[in-house]
Amino acid sequence: MKTITVRYFAMFREHAGVGEETLSVDAETAADVFHATQDRHRSTEPSGHCKVAINDVMADWDTPVSEGDTVLLFPPVAGG
Amino acid sequence: MIRMTTAEIQPEELRRQLFDPAAGAYCGFEGWIRNHNEGHEVLRLEYEAYEPLAITEGEKILAEARERYPHLKAHCVHRTGMLEIGECAVWVGVSSPHRDEAFHACRYIIDQLKVRLPIWKKEHYADGHSGWVNCERCAKSA
Repeated sequence: MKTITVRYFAMFREHAGVGEETLSVDAETAADVFHATQDRHRSTEPSGHCKVAINDVMADWDTPVSEGDTVLLFPPVAGG
Repeated sequence: MIRMTTAEIQPEELRRQLFDPAAGAYCGFEGWIRNHNEGHEVLRLEYEAYEPLAITEGEKILAEARERYPHLKAHCVHRTGMLEIGECAVWVGVSSPHRDEAFHACRYIIDQLKVRLPIWKKEHYADGHSGWVNCERCAKSA
């Protein structure tokens, strides 16, 4: 198990009801963290059109996570 | 340079920053808040950004444009917070020696910004509902 801080944005934050939380998760990759938060908050948004960052650096879903990382979960973006 | 702001965008002031004696062309794009989207009457739009990464990713896009179109000067400003109909939400401006590069670079920058920057917008509708743009499941649950 790893201690991971997760930050939620826009609709993810509204759905989770919090902007940030620290979780103890059995996760190897960013995708594992995402799925753990989906189970936790009963969310079904597919990861395909979402983005993820780890410690303020854009990452891929298969990027490994380490103890103490902060994982930022971005729902589908819509700038402009 | 890319910057996020909660203040009104001033295009004329921004345009002046792109003046360059070697530039023969300027091209600007302004994205405005419109009063309708996909059949809904929209009253206002609320923008949220994760600024640290919006700036980092935005600078990357501007650097890519400068690499594709040499001698390009390019700036961008994006609003956050609650915006009313007709307000400018995003401004992109470029100057370059010739117009072809200016048109193409401006288009490249706005297209990339829209799909890469961690920015989200929530539409507030006339019927009292609201919904995050590009997020079907979210709109359904709003």
